[in-house]
Amino acid sequence: MPGGKERELKRRISSVQSTKKITRAMELIAATRVVKAMQRADASRPYARQITSVIENLAAGGASVDHPLLREADEVKKVGFIVMAGDRGLAGAYNSNPIRAAERQLMSYQTEGVDYSLFCVGKKPTAYFKFRNYRVDHAYEGFTADPTYEHARRIADDVADAFISGEVDAVELIYTEFVSMGTQRVSVRSFLPLESTAVMAEAGGGSAEVADSFEFEPSPEAVLESLLPRYIEARLFGALLDGAASEHANRQRAMKSATDNAEDLITSLSREMNAARQASITTEIMEIVSGAEALGSGGNKEDIAALISEVVVATSTAVLDPGPFGEGSHAPLPDGSAPAGFTIKGNQDSMLYHRPDSRSYAVTGAEVWFDTPERAEAAGFTLANTHPNADS
Amino acid sequence: MFDVQVVSPESVSYTGEAEMVIARTVDGGDIAFQTGHVPFIGTLAVWSVDVVKAEGDRDTFAVHRGFVQVSGTSVTILSDVSEVADEIDVARAQAAKERAEAVLSADAEDEGALADLGRAELRLRVAAGEPASH
Repeated sequence: MPGGKERELKRRISSVQSTKKITRAMELIAATRVVKAMQRADASRPYARQITSVIENLAAGGASVDHPLLREADEVKKVGFIVMAGDRGLAGAYNSNPIRAAERQLMSYQTEGVDYSLFCVGKKPTAYFKFRNYRVDHAYEGFTADPTYEHARRIADDVADAFISGEVDAVELIYTEFVSMGTQRVSVRSFLPLESTAVMAEAGGGSAEVADSFEFEPSPEAVLESLLPRYIEARLFGALLDGAASEHANRQRAMKSATDNAEDLITSLSREMNAARQASITTEIMEIVSGAEALGSGGNKEDIAALISEVVVATSTAVLDPGPFGEGSHAPLPDGSAPAGFTIKGNQDSMLYHRPDSRSYAVTGAEVWFDTPERAEAAGFTLANTHPNADS
Repeated sequence: MFDVQVVSPESVSYTGEAEMVIARTVDGGDIAFQTGHVPFIGTLAVWSVDVVKAEGDRDTFAVHRGFVQVSGTSVTILSDVSEVADEIDVARAQAAKERAEAVLSADAEDEGALADLGRAELRLRVAAGEPASH
Protein backbone atom coordinates (compact mmCIF):
# COMPACT_ATOMS: atom_id res chain seq x y z
CA MET A 1 0.00 0.00 0.00
CA PRO A 2 1.66 3.26 -1.02
CA GLY A 3 2.07 5.72 1.80
CA GLY A 4 1.45 3.06 4.41
CA LYS A 5 4.94 3.13 5.75
CA GLU A 6 4.95 6.89 5.65
CA ARG A 7 1.78 7.08 7.71
CA GLU A 8 3.15 4.61 10.21
CA LEU A 9 6.32 6.66 10.60
CA LYS A 10 4.33 9.86 10.98
CA ARG A 11 2.37 8.23 13.78
CA ARG A 12 5.54 7.12 15.52
CA ILE A 13 7.10 10.57 15.22
CA SER A 14 4.11 12.22 16.79
CA SER A 15 4.11 9.68 19.61
CA VAL A 16 7.81 10.27 20.29
CA GLN A 17 7.14 13.98 20.15
CA SER A 18 4.51 13.80 22.87
CA THR A 19 6.80 11.63 25.00
CA LYS A 20 9.48 14.25 24.56
CA LYS A 21 7.13 16.97 25.76
CA ILE A 22 6.45 15.00 28.93
CA THR A 23 10.09 14.20 29.68
CA ARG A 24 11.05 17.79 29.02
CA ALA A 25 8.40 19.03 31.45
CA MET A 26 9.57 16.51 34.08
CA GLU A 27 13.14 17.66 33.57
CA LEU A 28 12.20 21.28 34.20
CA ILE A 29 10.12 20.42 37.26
CA ALA A 30 12.95 18.32 38.71
CA ALA A 31 15.39 21.17 38.08
CA THR A 32 13.38 23.57 40.24
CA ARG A 33 12.77 20.92 42.90
CA VAL A 34 16.43 20.04 43.22
CA VAL A 35 17.25 23.68 43.97
CA LYS A 36 14.55 23.79 46.63
CA ALA A 37 15.71 20.50 48.14
CA MET A 38 19.29 21.77 48.30
CA GLN A 39 18.13 24.91 50.10
CA ARG A 40 16.23 22.82 52.62
CA ALA A 41 19.28 20.63 53.20
CA ASP A 42 21.35 23.77 53.78
CA ALA A 43 18.75 25.23 56.14
CA SER A 44 18.82 22.06 58.23
CA ARG A 45 22.58 22.20 58.80
CA PRO A 46 22.73 24.74 61.67
CA TYR A 47 20.61 22.45 63.87
CA ALA A 48 22.75 19.40 63.15
CA ARG A 49 25.87 21.49 63.75
CA GLN A 50 24.55 22.81 67.06
CA ILE A 51 23.56 19.34 68.25
CA THR A 52 27.06 18.16 67.43
CA SER A 53 28.52 21.13 69.25
CA VAL A 54 26.52 20.25 72.35
CA ILE A 55 27.81 16.69 72.09
CA GLU A 56 31.37 18.00 71.80
CA ASN A 57 30.91 19.97 74.98
CA LEU A 58 29.36 16.98 76.69
CA ALA A 59 32.30 14.85 75.66
CA ALA A 60 34.66 17.47 77.06
CA GLY A 61 32.52 17.71 80.18
CA GLY A 62 33.06 14.02 80.68
CA ALA A 63 29.47 12.80 80.41
CA SER A 64 29.77 9.16 81.24
CA VAL A 65 28.33 7.04 78.51
CA ASP A 66 25.93 4.35 79.44
CA HIS A 67 22.90 5.14 77.35
CA PRO A 68 20.93 2.32 75.71
CA LEU A 69 21.54 3.91 72.29
CA LEU A 70 25.29 3.68 72.84
CA ARG A 71 25.37 0.13 74.15
CA GLU A 72 27.05 -2.42 71.96
CA ALA A 73 25.54 -5.90 71.90
CA ASP A 74 27.84 -8.78 72.88
CA GLU A 75 26.68 -10.75 69.91
CA VAL A 76 24.92 -9.38 66.84
CA LYS A 77 22.06 -11.71 65.97
CA LYS A 78 19.82 -9.37 64.04
CA VAL A 79 20.63 -6.23 62.08
CA GLY A 80 18.15 -3.53 61.13
CA PHE A 81 18.50 -1.89 57.74
CA ILE A 82 17.08 1.55 57.02
CA VAL A 83 16.83 1.66 53.23
CA MET A 84 16.06 5.10 51.85
CA ALA A 85 15.00 5.48 48.22
CA GLY A 86 12.11 7.09 46.37
CA ASP A 87 8.37 6.72 46.00
CA ARG A 88 8.40 7.22 42.27
CA GLY A 89 10.43 5.90 39.39
CA LEU A 90 11.84 7.67 36.34
CA ALA A 91 14.80 8.81 38.39
CA GLY A 92 17.63 6.91 36.77
CA ALA A 93 19.49 4.66 39.14
CA TYR A 94 18.36 6.60 42.22
CA ASN A 95 16.07 3.82 43.44
CA SER A 96 17.98 0.76 42.35
CA ASN A 97 21.41 1.73 43.73
CA PRO A 98 20.58 1.92 47.44
CA ILE A 99 18.21 -1.06 47.12
CA ARG A 100 20.95 -3.20 45.62
CA ALA A 101 23.51 -2.02 48.16
CA ALA A 102 21.07 -2.93 50.94
CA GLU A 103 20.35 -6.35 49.49
CA ARG A 104 24.07 -7.10 49.15
CA GLN A 105 24.64 -6.06 52.73
CA LEU A 106 21.69 -8.08 53.92
CA MET A 107 22.82 -11.19 52.07
CA SER A 108 26.36 -10.96 53.38
CA TYR A 109 24.97 -10.83 56.93
CA GLN A 110 22.72 -13.78 56.16
CA THR A 111 25.67 -15.93 55.12
CA GLU A 112 27.07 -15.29 58.61
CA GLY A 113 23.79 -16.42 60.10
CA VAL A 114 22.65 -12.92 61.10
CA ASP A 115 18.96 -12.18 60.76
CA TYR A 116 17.62 -8.93 59.30
CA SER A 117 14.85 -6.42 59.90
CA LEU A 118 13.94 -3.99 57.14
CA PHE A 119 12.90 -0.36 57.57
CA CYS A 120 11.95 0.70 54.06
CA VAL A 121 11.63 4.41 53.32
CA GLY A 122 9.89 4.99 49.99
CA LYS A 123 7.52 2.89 47.92
CA LYS A 124 10.25 1.53 45.67
CA PRO A 125 12.34 -0.32 48.28
CA THR A 126 9.17 -1.61 49.96
CA ALA A 127 7.86 -2.98 46.67
CA TYR A 128 11.25 -4.46 45.76
CA PHE A 129 11.76 -6.33 49.00
CA LYS A 130 8.15 -7.46 49.32
CA PHE A 131 8.20 -8.81 45.78
CA ARG A 132 11.26 -10.89 46.63
CA ASN A 133 9.63 -12.25 49.77
CA TYR A 134 11.75 -10.41 52.28
CA ARG A 135 10.07 -9.42 55.52
CA VAL A 136 9.48 -5.69 55.56
CA ASP A 137 8.94 -4.84 59.22
CA HIS A 138 8.43 -1.11 58.80
CA ALA A 139 7.46 0.75 55.64
CA TYR A 140 7.26 4.53 55.27
CA GLU A 141 5.80 5.99 52.12
CA GLY A 142 4.61 9.14 50.45
CA PHE A 143 7.12 11.77 51.53
CA THR A 144 10.52 10.99 50.02
CA ALA A 145 10.34 13.88 47.55
CA ASP A 146 9.60 16.39 50.29
CA PRO A 147 10.38 15.03 53.77
CA THR A 148 9.70 16.92 56.99
CA TYR A 149 11.23 16.55 60.42
CA GLU A 150 8.07 14.82 61.60
CA HIS A 151 8.78 11.97 59.15
CA ALA A 152 12.33 11.65 60.45
CA ARG A 153 10.95 11.52 63.98
CA ARG A 154 8.56 8.70 63.13
CA ILE A 155 11.32 6.60 61.64
CA ALA A 156 13.72 7.43 64.48
CA ASP A 157 11.14 6.41 67.09
CA ASP A 158 10.62 2.99 65.50
CA VAL A 159 14.33 2.40 64.98
CA ALA A 160 15.27 3.46 68.50
CA ASP A 161 12.48 1.32 69.97
CA ALA A 162 13.63 -1.74 68.04
CA PHE A 163 17.21 -1.15 69.15
CA ILE A 164 16.53 -0.38 72.79
CA SER A 165 14.11 -3.31 73.17
CA GLY A 166 16.84 -5.59 71.85
CA GLU A 167 14.84 -6.66 68.82
CA VAL A 168 17.80 -5.64 66.68
CA ASP A 169 21.40 -5.51 67.87
CA ALA A 170 22.68 -3.02 65.30
CA VAL A 171 21.22 -0.73 62.66
CA GLU A 172 22.69 0.26 59.32
CA LEU A 173 21.56 3.21 57.26
CA ILE A 174 21.62 3.03 53.46
CA TYR A 175 20.83 6.26 51.64
CA THR A 176 22.03 8.41 48.78
CA GLU A 177 24.41 11.14 49.77
CA PHE A 178 24.09 14.39 47.85
CA VAL A 179 27.64 15.48 47.11
CA SER A 180 26.91 17.97 44.33
CA MET A 181 24.53 18.42 41.42
CA GLY A 182 26.67 16.05 39.38
CA THR A 183 27.59 13.54 42.06
CA GLN A 184 25.40 11.51 44.37
CA ARG A 185 26.65 8.34 45.94
CA VAL A 186 25.14 5.53 47.91
CA SER A 187 26.30 5.50 51.48
CA VAL A 188 26.11 2.49 53.77
CA ARG A 189 26.74 3.47 57.36
CA SER A 190 26.53 1.98 60.75
CA PHE A 191 23.75 3.91 62.50
CA LEU A 192 23.24 2.25 65.87
CA PRO A 193 24.74 1.75 68.37
CA LEU A 194 25.99 5.31 68.30
CA GLU A 195 29.68 5.88 68.56
CA SER A 196 31.03 7.36 71.76
CA THR A 197 30.44 11.08 72.23
CA ALA A 198 34.05 11.85 71.40
CA VAL A 199 33.79 9.98 68.09
CA MET A 200 30.48 11.69 67.28
CA ALA A 201 32.02 15.06 67.98
CA GLU A 202 34.95 14.34 65.71
CA ALA A 203 32.72 12.92 62.98
CA GLY A 204 30.77 16.17 63.15
CA GLY A 205 33.91 18.10 62.28
CA GLY A 206 34.73 19.35 65.75
CA SER A 207 37.27 18.25 68.25
CA ALA A 208 36.49 16.71 71.56
CA GLU A 209 38.65 19.27 73.32
CA VAL A 210 36.85 22.49 74.05
CA ALA A 211 38.37 25.29 76.04
CA ASP A 212 35.23 26.34 77.88
CA SER A 213 34.17 24.24 80.76
CA PHE A 214 30.43 24.08 80.72
CA GLU A 215 27.89 23.91 83.45
CA PHE A 216 25.24 21.32 82.79
CA GLU A 217 21.70 21.27 83.98
CA PRO A 218 20.32 18.94 85.24
CA SER A 219 23.56 16.92 84.69
CA PRO A 220 25.77 15.93 81.75
CA GLU A 221 24.18 12.48 81.74
CA ALA A 222 20.64 13.81 81.79
CA VAL A 223 21.36 16.26 78.95
CA LEU A 224 22.97 13.49 76.93
CA GLU A 225 20.03 11.22 77.55
CA SER A 226 17.54 13.69 76.15
CA LEU A 227 19.92 14.78 73.42
CA LEU A 228 20.67 11.38 71.85
CA PRO A 229 17.14 10.78 70.52
CA ARG A 230 17.25 14.28 68.95
CA TYR A 231 20.63 13.43 67.49
CA ILE A 232 19.42 10.34 65.69
CA GLU A 233 16.34 12.24 64.46
CA ALA A 234 18.57 14.97 63.10
CA ARG A 235 20.81 12.43 61.38
CA LEU A 236 17.85 10.68 59.79
CA PHE A 237 16.37 14.02 58.75
CA GLY A 238 19.67 14.97 57.14
CA ALA A 239 19.71 11.67 55.26
CA LEU A 240 16.09 12.17 54.11
CA LEU A 241 16.89 15.66 52.80
CA ASP A 242 20.03 14.43 51.04
CA GLY A 243 17.96 11.66 49.52
CA ALA A 244 15.30 14.08 48.29
CA ALA A 245 17.89 16.34 46.65
CA SER A 246 19.54 13.28 45.07
CA GLU A 247 16.21 11.99 43.81
CA HIS A 248 15.42 15.26 42.04
CA ALA A 249 18.94 15.57 40.64
CA ASN A 250 18.79 12.01 39.31
CA ARG A 251 15.35 12.57 37.83
CA GLN A 252 16.51 15.74 36.13
CA ARG A 253 19.46 13.90 34.56
CA ALA A 254 17.35 10.91 33.54
CA MET A 255 14.70 13.12 31.96
CA LYS A 256 17.29 15.21 30.18
CA SER A 257 18.80 12.16 28.52
CA ALA A 258 15.30 10.86 27.72
CA THR A 259 14.53 14.19 26.02
CA ASP A 260 17.81 14.05 24.10
CA ASN A 261 17.10 10.48 23.02
CA ALA A 262 13.62 11.46 21.86
CA GLU A 263 15.14 14.25 19.76
CA ASP A 264 17.59 11.82 18.15
CA LEU A 265 14.80 9.38 17.49
CA ILE A 266 12.64 12.07 15.88
CA THR A 267 15.53 13.07 13.60
CA SER A 268 16.16 9.52 12.44
CA LEU A 269 12.45 8.74 12.02
CA SER A 270 11.97 11.93 9.99
CA ARG A 271 14.83 10.91 7.72
CA GLU A 272 13.29 7.50 7.28
CA MET A 273 9.92 9.08 6.53
CA ASN A 274 11.39 11.41 3.91
CA ALA A 275 13.11 8.47 2.25
CA ALA A 276 9.83 6.55 2.22
CA ARG A 277 8.02 9.52 0.70
CA GLN A 278 10.70 9.90 -1.97
CA ALA A 279 10.44 6.21 -2.78
CA SER A 280 6.67 6.38 -3.22
CA ILE A 281 6.98 9.43 -5.51
CA THR A 282 9.52 7.62 -7.63
CA THR A 283 7.19 4.64 -7.89
CA GLU A 284 4.32 6.88 -8.97
CA ILE A 285 6.38 8.53 -11.69
CA MET A 286 7.53 5.15 -12.92
CA GLU A 287 3.89 4.07 -13.16
CA ILE A 288 2.97 7.22 -15.09
CA VAL A 289 5.81 6.82 -17.51
CA SER A 290 5.07 3.20 -18.19
CA GLY A 291 1.36 4.05 -18.55
CA ALA A 292 2.24 6.73 -21.08
CA GLU A 293 4.39 4.36 -23.02
CA ALA A 294 1.63 1.78 -23.13
CA LEU A 295 -0.73 4.40 -24.54
CA GLY A 296 1.95 5.62 -26.92
CA SER A 297 1.73 2.46 -29.02
CA GLY A 298 -1.99 2.84 -29.87
CA GLY A 299 -3.49 6.07 -28.53
CA ASN A 300 -3.39 9.47 -30.19
CA LYS A 301 -0.95 12.17 -29.16
CA GLU A 302 -3.48 14.51 -27.54
CA ASP A 303 -4.60 11.77 -25.16
CA ILE A 304 -1.03 11.24 -24.08
CA ALA A 305 -0.38 14.95 -23.55
CA ALA A 306 -3.56 15.32 -21.51
CA LEU A 307 -2.69 12.31 -19.40
CA ILE A 308 0.80 13.50 -18.73
CA SER A 309 -0.26 17.00 -17.68
CA GLU A 310 -2.98 15.58 -15.46
CA VAL A 311 -0.53 13.22 -13.88
CA VAL A 312 2.09 15.89 -13.35
CA VAL A 313 -0.41 18.04 -11.48
CA ALA A 314 -1.46 15.04 -9.43
CA THR A 315 2.08 14.12 -8.48
CA SER A 316 3.13 17.66 -7.73
CA THR A 317 0.18 17.98 -5.38
CA ALA A 318 1.17 14.72 -3.79
CA VAL A 319 4.81 15.70 -3.54
CA LEU A 320 4.36 19.07 -1.98
CA ASP A 321 3.22 19.86 1.47
CA PRO A 322 -0.15 21.55 1.66
CA GLY A 323 -0.04 25.31 1.17
CA PRO A 324 1.74 27.18 3.93
CA PHE A 325 -1.17 29.64 4.22
CA GLY A 326 -4.01 27.18 4.27
CA GLU A 327 -6.64 26.51 1.67
CA GLY A 328 -6.15 28.37 -1.59
CA SER A 329 -2.42 28.74 -1.07
CA HIS A 330 0.27 26.56 -2.57
CA ALA A 331 4.00 26.24 -2.30
CA PRO A 332 5.83 26.70 -5.61
CA LEU A 333 6.57 23.64 -7.69
CA PRO A 334 10.11 22.30 -7.54
CA ASP A 335 11.07 24.27 -10.66
CA GLY A 336 9.62 27.49 -9.21
CA SER A 337 6.63 27.60 -11.52
CA ALA A 338 3.02 28.06 -10.56
CA PRO A 339 0.82 25.11 -9.68
CA ALA A 340 -2.12 24.83 -12.06
CA GLY A 341 -4.84 27.33 -11.20
CA PHE A 342 -2.65 29.51 -8.97
CA THR A 343 -1.82 32.91 -10.43
CA ILE A 344 -1.20 35.21 -7.48
CA LYS A 345 2.38 35.53 -6.31
CA GLY A 346 3.07 36.08 -2.61
CA ASN A 347 6.31 37.54 -1.22
CA GLN A 348 6.76 36.25 2.31
CA ASP A 349 9.39 38.83 3.29
CA SER A 350 7.31 41.87 2.41
CA MET A 351 3.93 40.14 2.89
CA LEU A 352 2.83 41.71 -0.40
CA TYR A 353 1.03 39.84 -3.13
CA HIS A 354 1.24 40.49 -6.87
CA ARG A 355 -1.51 40.09 -9.43
CA PRO A 356 -0.57 39.24 -13.00
CA ASP A 357 -1.18 42.92 -13.85
CA SER A 358 1.16 44.17 -11.12
CA ARG A 359 4.15 46.13 -12.29
CA SER A 360 6.74 43.82 -10.80
CA TYR A 361 4.79 40.61 -11.27
CA ALA A 362 7.30 39.21 -13.72
CA VAL A 363 10.35 39.88 -11.59
CA THR A 364 8.85 38.78 -8.30
CA GLY A 365 9.87 35.34 -7.10
CA ALA A 366 6.83 33.67 -5.57
CA GLU A 367 7.43 32.07 -2.23
CA VAL A 368 3.80 31.10 -2.15
CA TRP A 369 1.02 31.02 -4.74
CA PHE A 370 -2.63 31.90 -4.20
CA ASP A 371 -5.57 31.09 -6.41
CA THR A 372 -7.37 34.40 -5.83
CA PRO A 373 -6.44 37.86 -4.41
CA GLU A 374 -9.08 37.35 -1.70
CA ARG A 375 -7.25 34.31 -0.43
CA ALA A 376 -3.99 36.22 -0.34
CA GLU A 377 -5.62 38.97 1.67
CA ALA A 378 -7.20 36.44 3.99
CA ALA A 379 -3.72 35.10 4.63
CA GLY A 380 -2.58 38.59 5.66
CA PHE A 381 -0.96 39.72 2.41
CA THR A 382 -1.50 43.20 0.94
CA LEU A 383 -1.64 44.10 -2.69
CA ALA A 384 1.60 45.41 -4.15
CA ASN A 385 1.54 48.62 -6.19
CA THR A 386 -0.27 47.99 -9.47
CA HIS A 387 0.45 51.25 -11.27
CA PRO A 388 3.11 50.61 -13.82
CA ASN A 389 4.85 53.96 -13.24
CA ALA A 390 3.98 54.75 -9.67
CA ASP A 391 7.42 54.63 -8.17
CA SER A 392 9.84 54.21 -10.99
CA MET B 1 24.50 41.99 74.58
CA PHE B 2 23.81 38.48 73.44
CA ASP B 3 23.32 37.06 69.99
CA VAL B 4 20.26 34.86 70.25
CA GLN B 5 19.43 32.11 67.81
CA VAL B 6 16.47 29.78 67.87
CA VAL B 7 17.38 26.83 65.71
CA SER B 8 14.89 24.24 64.56
CA PRO B 9 15.73 21.16 62.52
CA GLU B 10 14.27 22.78 59.41
CA SER B 11 15.82 26.21 59.71
CA VAL B 12 17.15 28.98 61.93
CA SER B 13 13.79 30.32 63.01
CA TYR B 14 14.90 33.40 64.96
CA THR B 15 17.98 35.52 65.29
CA GLY B 16 18.31 38.68 67.30
CA GLU B 17 20.18 40.56 69.98
CA ALA B 18 19.14 40.58 73.58
CA GLU B 19 20.04 41.93 77.00
CA MET B 20 18.80 38.87 78.75
CA VAL B 21 17.34 35.47 77.98
CA ILE B 22 15.05 33.76 80.46
CA ALA B 23 14.35 30.04 80.25
CA ARG B 24 13.33 27.18 82.45
CA THR B 25 15.35 24.01 82.62
CA VAL B 26 14.18 20.56 83.59
CA ASP B 27 14.45 20.22 87.39
CA GLY B 28 16.49 23.41 87.56
CA GLY B 29 13.83 26.09 87.63
CA ASP B 30 14.01 29.43 85.88
CA ILE B 31 17.35 30.71 84.80
CA ALA B 32 18.25 34.08 83.33
CA PHE B 33 21.32 34.58 81.20
CA GLN B 34 23.13 37.85 80.90
CA THR B 35 26.43 38.72 79.33
CA GLY B 36 29.26 37.02 81.09
CA HIS B 37 27.27 34.00 82.16
CA VAL B 38 29.40 30.90 82.50
CA PRO B 39 29.20 28.50 79.57
CA PHE B 40 26.03 26.54 80.11
CA ILE B 41 24.12 23.66 78.56
CA GLY B 42 20.69 22.75 79.82
CA THR B 43 17.67 20.69 78.90
CA LEU B 44 14.61 22.92 78.61
CA ALA B 45 11.34 22.22 80.33
CA VAL B 46 8.00 22.58 78.54
CA TRP B 47 7.90 26.30 79.13
CA SER B 48 8.44 29.63 77.46
CA VAL B 49 11.71 31.27 76.55
CA ASP B 50 11.78 35.05 76.86
CA VAL B 51 14.23 37.11 74.87
CA VAL B 52 14.45 40.50 76.58
CA LYS B 53 15.78 43.21 74.29
CA ALA B 54 17.62 46.41 75.10
CA GLU B 55 14.53 48.60 74.74
CA GLY B 56 12.71 46.44 77.25
CA ASP B 57 10.36 44.65 74.88
CA ARG B 58 10.57 40.94 74.65
CA ASP B 59 9.97 38.07 72.25
CA THR B 60 8.40 35.03 73.80
CA PHE B 61 8.52 31.49 72.46
CA ALA B 62 6.68 28.41 73.53
CA VAL B 63 9.34 25.71 73.64
CA HIS B 64 8.04 22.18 74.04
CA ARG B 65 11.39 20.54 74.28
CA GLY B 66 14.92 21.40 73.48
CA PHE B 67 18.24 22.60 74.79
CA VAL B 68 19.90 25.85 75.55
CA GLN B 69 23.59 26.40 74.99
CA VAL B 70 25.27 29.54 76.28
CA SER B 71 28.85 30.30 75.45
CA GLY B 72 30.61 33.62 75.30
CA THR B 73 28.21 36.09 73.78
CA SER B 74 25.77 33.73 72.16
CA VAL B 75 22.68 31.91 73.32
CA THR B 76 21.39 29.12 71.16
CA ILE B 77 18.01 27.53 71.70
CA LEU B 78 17.81 24.16 69.98
CA SER B 79 14.28 22.97 69.68
CA ASP B 80 12.35 20.79 67.31
CA VAL B 81 9.08 22.21 68.61
CA SER B 82 9.06 25.94 69.28
CA GLU B 83 6.49 28.56 68.41
CA VAL B 84 6.26 32.33 68.59
CA ALA B 85 3.07 33.89 69.88
CA ASP B 86 1.49 34.69 66.52
CA GLU B 87 2.13 31.18 65.18
CA ILE B 88 -0.03 29.62 67.86
CA ASP B 89 -3.50 28.41 66.96
CA VAL B 90 -5.41 29.54 70.06
CA ALA B 91 -8.63 27.71 69.21
CA ARG B 92 -6.75 24.47 68.78
CA ALA B 93 -4.81 24.93 71.99
CA GLN B 94 -8.07 25.71 73.83
CA ALA B 95 -9.67 22.55 72.44
CA ALA B 96 -6.61 20.49 73.39
CA LYS B 97 -6.75 21.91 76.89
CA GLU B 98 -10.42 20.98 77.33
CA ARG B 99 -9.80 17.51 75.95
CA ALA B 100 -6.93 16.93 78.35
CA GLU B 101 -8.98 18.23 81.29
CA ALA B 102 -11.80 15.85 80.41
CA VAL B 103 -9.39 12.91 80.43
CA LEU B 104 -7.86 14.08 83.71
CA SER B 105 -11.23 14.40 85.44
CA ALA B 106 -11.64 10.67 84.87
CA ASP B 107 -8.06 9.71 85.63
CA ALA B 108 -5.98 12.37 87.32
CA GLU B 109 -2.81 10.34 86.83
CA ASP B 110 -2.91 10.05 83.03
CA GLU B 111 0.60 11.10 81.99
CA GLY B 112 -0.22 11.74 78.33
CA ALA B 113 -3.09 14.02 79.27
CA LEU B 114 -0.96 15.84 81.85
CA ALA B 115 1.66 16.53 79.20
CA ASP B 116 -1.02 17.63 76.74
CA LEU B 117 -2.48 19.96 79.32
CA GLY B 118 0.93 21.46 80.06
CA ARG B 119 1.58 22.11 76.38
CA ALA B 120 -1.88 23.58 75.77
CA GLU B 121 -1.60 25.89 78.77
CA LEU B 122 1.84 27.03 77.67
CA ARG B 123 0.53 27.82 74.18
CA LEU B 124 -2.40 29.79 75.54
CA ARG B 125 -0.20 31.72 77.92
CA VAL B 126 2.36 32.60 75.24
CA ALA B 127 -0.37 33.49 72.75
CA ALA B 128 -1.98 35.82 75.27
CA GLY B 129 1.36 37.60 75.61
CA GLU B 130 1.63 37.04 79.36
CA PRO B 131 5.19 37.09 80.54
CA ALA B 132 6.38 33.99 82.28
CA SER B 133 5.91 34.07 86.05
CA HIS B 134 9.57 34.52 86.69
